[in-house]
Amino acid sequence: MRIKLTFWRVVFLAIMAVGLYSTYVRYWRGLGAVSNMTDQFPWGFWIGFDCLCGVMLAAGGFCMVGAVYLFKVESLHSVVKPAVLTAFLGYLLFIVGLLFDLGRPWFIWHQLIYMNPHSVMFEVGFCVMTYTTVLFFEFLPNVFERLSWKAPIKWIHRIYPILIVLGILLSTLHQSSLGSLYLIMPSKLHPFWYSPGLPFFFFGSAVAVGLAMTIFESTQSAKALGRHLELSVLVRLGGALLIALWVNALLRFEDYFHRGLLRQILRPSYEAYFLWLELALSFVIPIALLSFKMVRLSPNGLYLASVMSLFGFIANRLNVSLIGFETYVGHHYMPKWTEFSVTLMIIAMGFALFRVAVQYLTIFPKDDMVHLPSPAPLGVPTGLPVLEHAGD
Amino acid sequence: MPSSSAVMQVIAVPSLISSGVVESISGGIGEPSPKQSSMSKALLYDSTLCIGCKQCEQACATQNNLPYNDAIAGEEFQSAHKLTAVLTPNDKFMRRLCMHCTDPACASVCPVGAFHKTKEGPVVYDVWKCIGCRYCMAACPFSQPKYEWGSLNPRVRKCIMCPDRITAGKQTACAETCPTGATKFGERDDLVREAQDRLRQNPSNYLPRIYGLHEVGGTSILILASVKVEDFGYPTSEKLGETPLPAYTGRVMERVPDFIPVWSLVLGGIYWISHRRTEVAAAEAAEKNNGGTR
Repeated sequence: MRIKLTFWRVVFLAIMAVGLYSTYVRYWRGLGAVSNMTDQFPWGFWIGFDCLCGVMLAAGGFCMVGAVYLFKVESLHSVVKPAVLTAFLGYLLFIVGLLFDLGRPWFIWHQLIYMNPHSVMFEVGFCVMTYTTVLFFEFLPNVFERLSWKAPIKWIHRIYPILIVLGILLSTLHQSSLGSLYLIMPSKLHPFWYSPGLPFFFFGSAVAVGLAMTIFESTQSAKALGRHLELSVLVRLGGALLIALWVNALLRFEDYFHRGLLRQILRPSYEAYFLWLELALSFVIPIALLSFKMVRLSPNGLYLASVMSLFGFIANRLNVSLIGFETYVGHHYMPKWTEFSVTLMIIAMGFALFRVAVQYLTIFPKDDMVHLPSPAPLGVPTGLPVLEHAGD
Repeated sequence: MPSSSAVMQVIAVPSLISSGVVESISGGIGEPSPKQSSMSKALLYDSTLCIGCKQCEQACATQNNLPYNDAIAGEEFQSAHKLTAVLTPNDKFMRRLCMHCTDPACASVCPVGAFHKTKEGPVVYDVWKCIGCRYCMAACPFSQPKYEWGSLNPRVRKCIMCPDRITAGKQTACAETCPTGATKFGERDDLVREAQDRLRQNPSNYLPRIYGLHEVGGTSILILASVKVEDFGYPTSEKLGETPLPAYTGRVMERVPDFIPVWSLVLGGIYWISHRRTEVAAAEAAEKNNGGTR
């Protein structure tokens, strides 16, 4: 079999090569050499993006499982499998990211024997571990189907109700707990982002991002795989996204209102600029866009609104984890290029694994794989790092 | 330096022991001791007595097997190899070290329980348990835990208040070596009383407060100063508040044991109802079909 070098494959290989160099620096020269983290900034980009945003971006799994199996929204059935796959890969890669960030990753199993029930981090670690196992079982039937193993599929179907309830329970716990991590830092985190409501905001944003991510992923894979896109599914998700964004926005507004910060957030300041960016991307623009029926019914409009809110919520988590500490610390933190390259490598691995899984397993409904004459019926913005045809 | 500090130790030990005895006797008369810290040891640092000789830094380095030389003495900040630092800007002195909170954030956040507050007062660290998540560093309101960033098997380092010396009935290395008594070791209750006495007797010498008495629920390091501790990197009392920081997460974490069964039941209930509804709908549809064909 000859492997053709396409543009995206070259990009993928380059990202992997640079990432592997950074991996070498990380494990042979230490955290100090590979990152710009300091005693003042003990949590950097890997916690802020890989962990906080990674887990958030993988929330589509529990959202879609909840919608389809709990609330029986049958029309969304076609997106459950890709959402579960994304979540499963997301959590696996989150663990990979953790192995880079932990100072002593070889002792990660200490979580299992030295448990501190008071620690939010313990709760997050335990839930993530268990939930990854749940996702593994939710994903496993895909593999069995490929192998035509009938019996194990039946077994898993028998425990499916437990998997579904457990998955949503664990997701509720750890998605909100990622916010609770910061509750113990009232004197360090800037008041724009420190709030007793943090666990609610983190859970709320996870649900919104779960919906936005599913829209993004469906559109993107339809484009990459030359699939036919079900507009009715996207429209439904878009409607739900609009509601989720409104709920999130109202929660945030309530919080600022009750803490008497409304005037302060409107006054220009270093933190305010970042807050404005976040609020504009996550709430103002997507809500405005989705309020038009025209946008809600157009694949391009839905795609644009979702991607924008994804960036908005990513900005929110980076603000909570990085920008919000700069005033306390007294200087800026800018990740080193090696930190970025490790993150980029992990994301590239995610795209590649997704592509491989879609290639060899029946993730998207079979009858959907009609060959359209033109692979990109939608005017999807190009230039996004999707590994088109990486596996074929 | 080492020889002089050794001499100082010899001189300092008897005087401080005797003063400790006096303290505990005077503390025992009449006044009931507060509940929490009856046996808890503490350090009282009085910046007006400090002469900036940095002998505490040296004693600390020796105690913890860390290097110490002129270059390190010149570093006016803490790090993994400098667990305590005497800051000397403009001939004003201020010591920085782990505050050994009564209810420490680091111990509360550590997922593997690598930190704990001993009943004698020190907040100690078990390197074997540590996985290196650095939540302790992020959570500490005084930013005291420091990291061995250059190490391939890094440890968190901070002042651990010489727990071995304390259990052996000795005082901390820094207090023992301090030539002026600026750092004084003793029972926390006694030191609080002594600090209050000093404030009462020489009000013009001090800013009227004991830093660490109530901050984040109280600490085992108490600071008296004529200058604002905030100018040396300490957080303001207003920012810290008097609530122990673990209470902020405790409020959420204590709900978890109740939340799990309730939420599981709700989710299971929703699943059951919607499952039942589709079953019934399917059965009805089947019946209708049967009726139609008949």
